[in-house]
Amino acid sequence: MFLLKASEALGSHFLYYVNQAGRMGIFLLRVFYNILKLPYYKVTHITKQIYVIGTLSIFVIFFTGAFTGMVLALQGYNTLRKFGSEGLLGSAVALSLIRELGPVLTALMVTGRAGSAICAEIGIMRNSEQIDALECMAIDPHKYILAPKFIATIISMPLLTAIFDVVGILGGYVIGVGLMGLNAGAYFSGMYKDVEFNDVYMGIIKSLCFGLIVVWVCSSKGYFVHTERKGGFGAEGVSRVTTSAVVLSSVAILVFDYFITSLLL
Amino acid sequence: MNDEPIIQLIDVHKTFGTQHVLKGINLSIYQGKTTVIVGESGQGKSSVIKHILGLVRPDSGKVMVYGKDINRISKKELKEIRTNFGVLFQNAALFDSMTVYENVALPLRERTKKKDEEISVIVNEKLKMMDLEGSNDKYPAQLSGGMRKRVGLARALVLNPKIVFFDEPTTGLDVAKSNDMYRVFFRTQSALGYTAVIVSHDVPKIFKLADYVTLMYQGVLQESLAPEDFQTSENPVIRDFVEKTMGRIYDSEKVEG
Repeated sequence: MFLLKASEALGSHFLYYVNQAGRMGIFLLRVFYNILKLPYYKVTHITKQIYVIGTLSIFVIFFTGAFTGMVLALQGYNTLRKFGSEGLLGSAVALSLIRELGPVLTALMVTGRAGSAICAEIGIMRNSEQIDALECMAIDPHKYILAPKFIATIISMPLLTAIFDVVGILGGYVIGVGLMGLNAGAYFSGMYKDVEFNDVYMGIIKSLCFGLIVVWVCSSKGYFVHTERKGGFGAEGVSRVTTSAVVLSSVAILVFDYFITSLLL
Repeated sequence: MNDEPIIQLIDVHKTFGTQHVLKGINLSIYQGKTTVIVGESGQGKSSVIKHILGLVRPDSGKVMVYGKDINRISKKELKEIRTNFGVLFQNAALFDSMTVYENVALPLRERTKKKDEEISVIVNEKLKMMDLEGSNDKYPAQLSGGMRKRVGLARALVLNPKIVFFDEPTTGLDVAKSNDMYRVFFRTQSALGYTAVIVSHDVPKIFKLADYVTLMYQGVLQESLAPEDFQTSENPVIRDFVEKTMGRIYDSEKVEG
């Protein structure tokens, strides 16, 4: 009896997650279909989303980037000094930021700042029948609400990553050159010599993929809030689904970071 | 009821989780008429509307709109059918980050190629029809319940739909505001001539609006009757409902032969 109940519960969980995965897959295909489908967008739809997702994230990206670069330089300088290689500090900071930390930390910050907002906004729209209202007006929510968010996030993420990288490198400069007394020329010339186009390319590919993961996970979680197993209704349902979107998106970023790195190396 | 129905539900069943909500629904809606679905709360009245709108798919049965089973047509065809619909949701479902004007203008902006000036004329005309002049720049959160419903109705009517669905149009409104809502209904229906489907438990007031009344009871819709026939029906389920909500009805023909 116990075994029967346990296998029934296991099967029901399995079916639920397969169902959710299928929903998310179809959701992604529908959004892409609507991105490509005519008529195209009024520019204001997209610029508004770029402002909300991208521009409003600049402040937090700026600070995170600066302090990440500074701590990298601080740690890097003390480690490299043991081997007498302080001159490599510029390269170490730049490569760490461009290849790895820039895309990953930017994506995590955007998940926390904009991804959670996307999920909560869409979840509330679902729960207050605003999405149903759009469908009844023969306006496809995939086109009207979701596609502009996808386009805006995918455009914003590489730009925010670039800002993160540049600010981080300058933060590293302030510590390495300003505080530790490293030669400014050595800091930048090492960087110029060691950073190749492939490193930048890897950073851009990663940031595009992470942008897609953030907007896909967060918006689909909000869109399907009403299908949540634990009940997705009301403020509690939206808060639960937002938390789960941020966690799932953050974990997915780190997992995909490994796979993308192993593919591109 | 000699005309062909424009909407027909045939033996529709629906289960949500373990709850069998609709147990074989049959309903016909006729062009230009007002059909009212009454019944106690939690009987699945709103579910019937959601099936007609294509927001929920039945487990079995057919939902025919303009002769097409809306669960067997493409998304594109469903979208075309929905261009005939206007819906006033129970809580109005206004876009809370948009002003009253933007809410009403949205269908015009997204579904037509009208210029801003034309849109402005139509929106202001509809808002005037709803006695909502001067509320253009307010947000839904700044409006009373009655005003929100009227904005919802203005948005539902802005593209002059052929069929308008009202989900509990007077729930949560006081007597005066309910009467306002009914006045607006009469005014807009005589001006635009739409077919109306109303879900309500505001008995007996809602009967004044109805051409046909049908009762939802334990997942089944009883027969559609004219309001007078409904009130004097011999059907025990309908009679119970009428007596519970309106008291015993005096019918001279029955009482005095």
